[in-house]
Amino acid sequence: MNWVIVRRRMVDALSKLLMGLATVIGVFFLLWIMWTTLKFGLAGMHWDLFTKDTPPPGTDGFGLRNAFVGSLILLGLSLLIGVPVGLMAGTWLAEYGFHSRTANTVRFINDIMLSAPSIEIGLFAYAVMVGPMGHFSALAGSLALAILMIPIIVRTTDEMLSLVGNDVREAAIALGAPNSVVITKVTWRAARAGIITGVLIGLARITGETAPLLFTALNNQYFTTNIFSPMANIPMVIFQFALSPYTNWQQMAWAASFITVLFVLVLSILARWLAGRIHVQK
Amino acid sequence: MLNVSLPPKPSNPAAGDNEQPCPAKLAVRNLNFFYGKFQAIKNINVEIRPNTVTAFIGPSGCGKSTLLRVFNRIYDMYPGQRAEGEVLLDGENILDPSSFPKLRAKVGMVFQKPTPFPMSIYENIAFGIRLYEKLNRSEMDDRVRHALIGAGLWHEVEGKLNQSALRLSGGQQQRLCIARALAIQPEILLLDEPCSALDPISTAKIEELMYRSKEDCTLIIVTHNMQQAARASEFTAFMLSGELIEVSETTQIFTNPSDKRTEDYITGRFG
Repeated sequence: MNWVIVRRRMVDALSKLLMGLATVIGVFFLLWIMWTTLKFGLAGMHWDLFTKDTPPPGTDGFGLRNAFVGSLILLGLSLLIGVPVGLMAGTWLAEYGFHSRTANTVRFINDIMLSAPSIEIGLFAYAVMVGPMGHFSALAGSLALAILMIPIIVRTTDEMLSLVGNDVREAAIALGAPNSVVITKVTWRAARAGIITGVLIGLARITGETAPLLFTALNNQYFTTNIFSPMANIPMVIFQFALSPYTNWQQMAWAASFITVLFVLVLSILARWLAGRIHVQK
Repeated sequence: MLNVSLPPKPSNPAAGDNEQPCPAKLAVRNLNFFYGKFQAIKNINVEIRPNTVTAFIGPSGCGKSTLLRVFNRIYDMYPGQRAEGEVLLDGENILDPSSFPKLRAKVGMVFQKPTPFPMSIYENIAFGIRLYEKLNRSEMDDRVRHALIGAGLWHEVEGKLNQSALRLSGGQQQRLCIARALAIQPEILLLDEPCSALDPISTAKIEELMYRSKEDCTLIIVTHNMQQAARASEFTAFMLSGELIEVSETTQIFTNPSDKRTEDYITGRFG
């Protein structure tokens, strides 16, 4: 056999081996993380987690109701701030900005924001809200989370609207529809699955964010729905309880991370399912 | 002391002094059209008679679609495109931005590719009507049904009006688009190669639909298909490189064209 062919086959086998190895290493750590979370998380699962508030330090019992409710409020508020801003900005880019200089500058800045370190965003929220208000608050936390989410929504909205054919836009305009109606009734609708996918991905991104909450929402031992006060939340609970000396608190941290992973998983599956429907609509 | 000047009495526009009878539904006078610096239409003059079908034929890039897009001013949505000259709809210039605030209610358009909106069949029709009229549910139901019957689509979609329009076949989608355009009762309907993506049976249905629509409406169709122009139109206009070469009765143009270039195109000697 020709030695050139032999060499090709060897290179081929070697590169396949290396790629396979890399895949195994990647998947191995992923599964390890999932397994650990599952094992300790399930061990820490307790019905009281959802019905009772955090027990005082050093006492027995479980309870994370305050943190679950707090996290839901934080995420809800972030959506309330982030979705309108992201949707509007993305719509402007796709429907009015096109490839103008301004629009491309906005896209560039948005891409930088996409990879901005979350701790800096937290610091920003601290400087503009916590400082002036004089105390930590859930509102400041939501602002930080919303700022993290907005670039993702802007990007997907822009891209999904750009995919909507100009012919559909023209058809609506040919009927005499004003721009506002064309956008809200036709193009948003055509890009709906993609835009919602973007929102879900954004939500999944901020669900586990701890750094921006460190100096904004902080944490709270007690149940509260007051958005102007510090508020308990899952990521901070994981951070603080995992480092605490109390066994029941450590178990709660595992349970909380397990539930967070589950939540993000559900969001990702939903996003994938919706993304699959984008092509069906075309 | 009062110095009041009364506003001039509004004069009846029909009683203008240089008024001349205009039997044409649509009259194009010295029309030029530009995409930026490129001139796509060169000094076109043509008159379209009411309640007829007029076909524009010509090779690709001759400006026939561009001309159609002037008639409902849809080019307005793109910066850099502009028209010069006059397009008179019932004697009034549509290129004058103040003349027809609701021009597109009078001049409907159907595109080459079917363009159903991502909503139900019912909502597709109701969308256009809602832009101009406030109807209650049963009135709207009537109008939608009427439009679909008119388009010969009713018995195919009856009972699934709430299904997505995107699930219809291409031919059905195109007839839905025509129904949607006709539902707002335009005076003119522009069709930009409406059958080029359709099979012969769907094409025949659309040609029938055009024939029936003539009673209420003036139709202008751009087509690549000369048989279609011959079958479906009463008047045919031949365009070449942005110029209107010849316009006359369809039978005339297909049997005895007066211009050599028309004859060459029709007999397939170029294009």
